[in-house]
Amino acid sequence: MMDLADWHAAPPYGLDHHAKGPRLTETLLELTAHHANHCEPYGRMLQAQGFDPRGVTSLADLPFLPVRLFKEIDLLSIPRDQVVKTMTSSGTSGQTPSRIYLDRDTSAHQMRALTRIVSAVTDAQRMPMIVVDSPAVIQDRALFSARGAGILGFSIFARDRLFALDEHMQPNLDALSAFLDKHAGSPILVFGFTFMVWQHLCKPLMQRGQTLELSNAVLVHGGGWKTLMNESVSPTTFKQGLLSTCGIHRVHDYYGMVEQTGSIAMECERGHLHVPVYSDVIVRCPHDFSVAGLGERGLLQMLSVLPQSYPGHSLLTEDEGVVLGEDDCPCGRRGKYFKVLGRIPKAELRGCSDTYAAGKVATHTREVVNAQ
Amino acid sequence: MHNDPEIEFLAPMGSQLSDAAQARPLIPFSPQVLAFLGELSQALREDQRARTLPDVYAFAFWCRPASLQAMQRDRPLAEPRLGRGLVFHIAPGNVPVNFAYSLCAGLLAGNSNIVRAPSENFAQVRLIAEWVDHLLKQERHSELRHHVRLVRYPRDAQNITAQLSSLCDVRVIWGGDATIEAIRRAPLAARAFDLTFADRYSLCVIGARAYLDQVDRKALAQGFYNDTYLFDQNACTAPHLVLWLGEAPEVEQARTAFWEALEHLVEVRYELQPRAAIDKWSHALHYAAKHPGARILQGKDNRLTRVEIPALTAGIENWHANSGLFFEYRIRSLGEIAPIVNRRFQTLSHAGIDEPDLHEMVFAGRLTGIDRIVPIGRTLEFSLHWDGHHLPSALSRVIDNGIGQLKPVKD
Repeated sequence: MMDLADWHAAPPYGLDHHAKGPRLTETLLELTAHHANHCEPYGRMLQAQGFDPRGVTSLADLPFLPVRLFKEIDLLSIPRDQVVKTMTSSGTSGQTPSRIYLDRDTSAHQMRALTRIVSAVTDAQRMPMIVVDSPAVIQDRALFSARGAGILGFSIFARDRLFALDEHMQPNLDALSAFLDKHAGSPILVFGFTFMVWQHLCKPLMQRGQTLELSNAVLVHGGGWKTLMNESVSPTTFKQGLLSTCGIHRVHDYYGMVEQTGSIAMECERGHLHVPVYSDVIVRCPHDFSVAGLGERGLLQMLSVLPQSYPGHSLLTEDEGVVLGEDDCPCGRRGKYFKVLGRIPKAELRGCSDTYAAGKVATHTREVVNAQ
Repeated sequence: MHNDPEIEFLAPMGSQLSDAAQARPLIPFSPQVLAFLGELSQALREDQRARTLPDVYAFAFWCRPASLQAMQRDRPLAEPRLGRGLVFHIAPGNVPVNFAYSLCAGLLAGNSNIVRAPSENFAQVRLIAEWVDHLLKQERHSELRHHVRLVRYPRDAQNITAQLSSLCDVRVIWGGDATIEAIRRAPLAARAFDLTFADRYSLCVIGARAYLDQVDRKALAQGFYNDTYLFDQNACTAPHLVLWLGEAPEVEQARTAFWEALEHLVEVRYELQPRAAIDKWSHALHYAAKHPGARILQGKDNRLTRVEIPALTAGIENWHANSGLFFEYRIRSLGEIAPIVNRRFQTLSHAGIDEPDLHEMVFAGRLTGIDRIVPIGRTLEFSLHWDGHHLPSALSRVIDNGIGQLKPVKD
């Protein structure tokens, strides 16, 4: 397995494109070869495309896999007996979820990367943590579902942990008060899925005219804005709601996926999602998969040095986005920063195959989550 | 029987279902039906609005008198027949004009018809319904007044489906396996039966030598485009597998020219949806992952994607996407096709091949699949021979006197 020590040693947002580009390309090229040699289906996919590693001069020349292949094929570059964890995404009912196979090393690398990334926005490595969910979500440990896995992953930052919601998904205000009393004066990490935070914390508090004293907290949330957009709740509304009900002013959205955990993109103080040093983002035009220009929307391709036990190092997602800039965000972080626009819509096709059975063929509405 | 309020009557407006259920059958290709369809055909062809709806125009052209006469002549029904009674048609959700062809088949067989139109409010449906409604209200078509009920109701109104199913003599189901399964939950009367149009798979074969020497390449590209991209390669008749017959050098030459000619048309006319681009790419890679030696060949952009398969094996019909993904293989003889054919195979389109050879292949092999063998470019043409059924025969009944000598009654 590759030594990622250099990547863990580099500051999480410290490398500009001169320093990062060639190193990342080289590492990912090695990873491509590694997976081609150890994962037979992956090797065949590269061969079928006529991929020639000698033609790779930049990141954009690397091959990429559509994320959905992880739902359809078992892709792993390790012997089965080395699998310590199998991650799954939440699929819509009737759809097979993605299966991501981790060995001990990859799992450790993911956790280390995540730690460094999250610590960069919180003040400490371990803090009292409030999870905006109910304890029921992590009860099934056998197969990590996206939400549960995300919570468990982020729980590595927890010095003490409280689930904010009861089994009816209502905020447990007594428990929350007690927890805050117990950890008075300490910075708090609040973690939850975006729609959970809004639906089951902000909204109930607003409806009851109640508040929580969390001005010393950092909120990290992820999972996408689709549900909230359907209710016309923008990121601004979301942040205002948090400020007014909980006093939280440090809010960080993150973008990640179960197929590439650990190297999540975190929102900076300016509201931009930044790729960490371990990863990068390329936007591709759906028309011909060519690289889109700055500010031009297209399909998000995510690259990461962390997926070593499975060929997930270069993935074409089904999310649309734009790259906003590189190395020049006013927040001071180096590297690319981007915006996610949402899942690409289902294709409207002509032809005689019907769309019966519950109205529509299963829509690929997998929630994009970070799961670890 | 009262009309369920959830049922919308598109034609004739304000009618009752009960009258349709009691309408008496006619003989196949009755003068009343031929006259009615002739007028419908003319009205649609002369309507300006059909100019922007080529599928409506194509339908109108198909049901014009000369065309219907030819259909009757090509396949006369020798025995004395009458319609079976009431046919309940479920039209497919996203082929706007299909319901009209189905209705014609039902009428030409001598039946009264309740046709469930697609849920989506297609312009094509509105236009045809308008004329059907108008014509049925004319005195000269009064005999057919109760032989057509064009309706629309929510897909999940299983109670309505059940009611209509219980009344009919034949239930014609378009829309694929999932639709058939859902509709079949509603029982039929003892003597009634289903005529189903399930998910099918189609392919084509091109003779390389003839392509190079004789075939009009531009016309063929146009024909192939119409067979495929016109409906996002999503029609049951659209080929997903392209077989080249010939020796390697001539096949290489032929297919290079073929795909190039097709790509000219695709470049100008076809818009690929982002989701479809990912679907095709994923599907091609998935195939490659499972089949060593497969090669993926992209055109100038994502609109044309080909997968060269390493061997022609059974199960190829399970590999198909839409919006321009073609599996490709070279064969040395037509005999290589037979082993992969099964019940799902519907249309075999061709160019540069002698059609009798293809028929011979089906019969010599006693194949369970392939119901249509047509030239490339003509797969989408509707025919009263569909999926192995002759619809006027299937939808009518024979009055037999045992000796088989009764002449059909005129009028």
